[in-house]
Amino acid sequence: MPNKPEKSIIRLTLNGEAAEVAFAPHKTLLEVLREDLGLTGTKHGCELGECGTCTVLVDGRPILSCLALGLDMEGREVVTIEGMAANGILHPLQETFADLGAAQCGYCSPGFLLTAKEMLEKNPSPTREEIKEALAGNLCRCTGYIKIYEAVELAAARMRGEEVEPATESIYGLA
Amino acid sequence: MTNNFGQNGPKKIIGKPFRKVDARAKCTGQTKFADDIFLPRMLFAKLLRSPVPHALIKHIDTSKALKHPGVVAVITGNDLPIPYGILPVSQDEHALCIDKVRFIGDPVAAVAALDEDAAFQALDVIEVDYEPLETIASIEEALATDEPRIHEYGDGGNVHKRVSLEFGDTEQGFAEADLIREDVLFYEGSTHLPMEQHAAVAHFDADEKLTLWSATQTPHYVHRALTKTLGLAASHIRVIATPNGGGFGGKSDPFNHEIAVAKLAMVTGRPVKITLTREEVFYCHRGRHPVLMWVKTGVKRDGAITAMHFRSMLDGGAYGSYGVASTFYTGALQTVTYNVPRYKFEGLRVFTNKPPCGPKRGHGTPQPRFALEAHMDKIAEELGLDPAEMRKRHLVPAYSVTANYLRVGSMGLGKCIDKVVQGSEWKNKFRKLAYGRGIGIACSSYICGAGLPIYWNNMPQSGVQLRLDRQGGVCVQCGSTDIGQGSDSILAYIVAEVLGIDPFDIRVVTADTDLTPVDLGSYSSRVTLMTGNAAIQAAERAREMLTIAVSEKLGAPIENIAFADRRAFDVENPDVGVTFAEAVVLAESKFGTIGTVGSYTPPRSPGKYKGSGVGPSPAYSYSAAVAEVEVDPETGMVVVDRIWIAHDIGQSINPALVMGQVEGSVYMGLGEALMEEMAYRGKRNVVHKFPSMLEYKSLTTLEMCDVKTYLVEDPDPNGPFGAKEVGQGPLLPVPPAIANAVYDAVGVRIDEVPIMPEKVLAGIRSKAQGKEGRFGLRALPVVAWPVPIRVPTPAEGGDGKELPRVAVHGRD
Repeated sequence: MPNKPEKSIIRLTLNGEAAEVAFAPHKTLLEVLREDLGLTGTKHGCELGECGTCTVLVDGRPILSCLALGLDMEGREVVTIEGMAANGILHPLQETFADLGAAQCGYCSPGFLLTAKEMLEKNPSPTREEIKEALAGNLCRCTGYIKIYEAVELAAARMRGEEVEPATESIYGLA
Repeated sequence: MTNNFGQNGPKKIIGKPFRKVDARAKCTGQTKFADDIFLPRMLFAKLLRSPVPHALIKHIDTSKALKHPGVVAVITGNDLPIPYGILPVSQDEHALCIDKVRFIGDPVAAVAALDEDAAFQALDVIEVDYEPLETIASIEEALATDEPRIHEYGDGGNVHKRVSLEFGDTEQGFAEADLIREDVLFYEGSTHLPMEQHAAVAHFDADEKLTLWSATQTPHYVHRALTKTLGLAASHIRVIATPNGGGFGGKSDPFNHEIAVAKLAMVTGRPVKITLTREEVFYCHRGRHPVLMWVKTGVKRDGAITAMHFRSMLDGGAYGSYGVASTFYTGALQTVTYNVPRYKFEGLRVFTNKPPCGPKRGHGTPQPRFALEAHMDKIAEELGLDPAEMRKRHLVPAYSVTANYLRVGSMGLGKCIDKVVQGSEWKNKFRKLAYGRGIGIACSSYICGAGLPIYWNNMPQSGVQLRLDRQGGVCVQCGSTDIGQGSDSILAYIVAEVLGIDPFDIRVVTADTDLTPVDLGSYSSRVTLMTGNAAIQAAERAREMLTIAVSEKLGAPIENIAFADRRAFDVENPDVGVTFAEAVVLAESKFGTIGTVGSYTPPRSPGKYKGSGVGPSPAYSYSAAVAEVEVDPETGMVVVDRIWIAHDIGQSINPALVMGQVEGSVYMGLGEALMEEMAYRGKRNVVHKFPSMLEYKSLTTLEMCDVKTYLVEDPDPNGPFGAKEVGQGPLLPVPPAIANAVYDAVGVRIDEVPIMPEKVLAGIRSKAQGKEGRFGLRALPVVAWPVPIRVPTPAEGGDGKELPRVAVHGRD
């Protein structure tokens, strides 16, 4: 056995709180979050940067945590799905995803939610095409993406202060 | 049916777009999937998988692996010698191969170590001597190669199963036809690609009880497989299905990794976890069978079918899985959409040295539906009929029995056709759009659960247990597994409707073989119908007890007591009543602890012939789809702009969830139509061509089309509140609607999915050279089909039984 400890320690801001974590230095951010910080809300679909499932926000930008090294997070601001609701109040996107059934199995949802959150911060009034473009790196096998678009559009409208309800067509279909 | 109580009249919950009961957990990262489970002292397991497709195992040496730092245990096939398999007739798998490997990815050893890295590294030092065998890579090769056999059972050589059934005198039917058409089509295999990789955690506790948490759609069958392979009493095994991060049929078999990790937990006395890599998920597979199909149909001038003859050949891959059922399914549901008075089906499934195929969304029916609907489109064209009108003119009547003895209940396909024809402006577009733009239609039907369970018995297919406590709490327990379709929520909505409470007041406990009554699992679109009916029965029994106690308290007649808004009251004097919690206290005071059960057994099928077990269902859902496409004649690229789809749901329990299932089905059908393929490299080594999510093409947001959905509600008497399935059916019409639209766009028939650009281009070029404007195979391999089992149809006065074999031979 080696004499000195094998783990590295970093400090970061995690979901708005100061955090310190020790981990084997070769670990990805995904592994550090799930295995060393116990934040299992971040999921993995491929661990090769192909599916977008493990997306988290680093310094406000969506990144694939399976391709980021934990060591690179020193001093940075990381937001995971666990940090999206504040004091038990869901983010408007979480509300609309829940209302419309945009989360079916829910496995890809954390990645979609964080990607969409960042998009709405940059662009509060995205078109359907802009939403598709922003979410093109996240795969979902359940929804066909449509309920996700509708949830993002609904949340965007509510975040702009509009009082809107889901469209009848998206819940009951066409007459 | 005894459960109509509470199903009539206005509904508070049913038909309303409530959130799922677990929606908040799923949107906040709190849902615990199998890989999210971490237990103290937990070990991590990895499987060593075969790098060769077909070989004898001469020797395995695990001694170096056992000495590798961090390794705690290594097991091989000899540690788990008892075979298993999902179907009783196909017990052909071992958790770890013993003397033979059958595909690249077949596991041969399992390692448990202190961490995943150590387990991975130890795999490298396990030595396995393989003696290669000739590989069998395709349907054609399997049919041409009797030796070596991949399995020592089946219907000869490398044929796993051969089926031949004839309903009525098809020769007579063809003789009565004005037109007879034959077509050959191919449907490529595809895989489920759930976002969640399979994972399982096993723990064997000090009291010698085993618990397995697993991402499985079928905890009951995993329980059975563990009982068989581990030599433990069933009462000592508990299987908990964790919420599935997508299933689509891919988590319906008992899996080698589940059994291996359970064994490692027993060997080590410590919790052990296994999580498959994405590459390994491709090896688990159990996906869509590649199917070669030939169909011959006789029709009258108005499109009325006089007889149909359908042949299918399935590439099963290396193991049985659900394959016998899949084979029958490729021939079962042709008869439930358009009237087919005489019908013959011949099907076979072969073994090949590839990952095993099994049930994927639509199980065995998207392939023949693609063939049938493309075929119908060609027939309509030959007859000069509008394909939408021709279909609608010859629909199977509601509440009838088909030639192959499937009992059809409510049948909303006509309404579905009307909706998509109107919505798409079909009449203004069909054969009228500019070259390169096209529109196509297709219809389909799917079962709402299989009439017979996998293990034939007289027990219910679904059980629900309800517990009411004196604080007014209600707990519903059921073996069903939520794979994202919302089955937990369906239980809560139904119980809430019957008891007049809020669905979010209910605690739902599911998919735990220790705590919940058996439900067979989330497959064959059975869950809403079967658990729903069981839940209604359990809730009505509880409601009866509450009603008696409340009626006594209020001094009102029993028939006056109603339940709504968390109250029980006298309908003639609604202000007089008690809270739901008080009603439970009254009932508990009178009867003791309040717990009820409900169960559901499907009605018996009228078919009694050998092979009649596959196809019967309590109800059939119906779908119709129109696709509008743009085809670039220069590149062959097909872009699907929009799909109009109408689905006969019977009655929506929750329309928002129904919409999600329709859209998700369209998505998966679109992916299969355009790009998804489980393809292999090399004729001899049969390596998976691209076991990664980047290379296995699936639709991103940029390829997904616009979807216009119509829900047709035609309640079925067998469904809970009239509900039918929606999880699988709406996938079925999508690939043929697109193929038919491509023909409308560029005049080329692509008789094969996926409809890749090179195939479209080949068809366009062939047509430009004056040859047939078509891409596809011309013939099926020639095989000797068995003498069919002959069954007279209901119209011929048949009783559902086959003719004695003597009479069959006499005819020939």
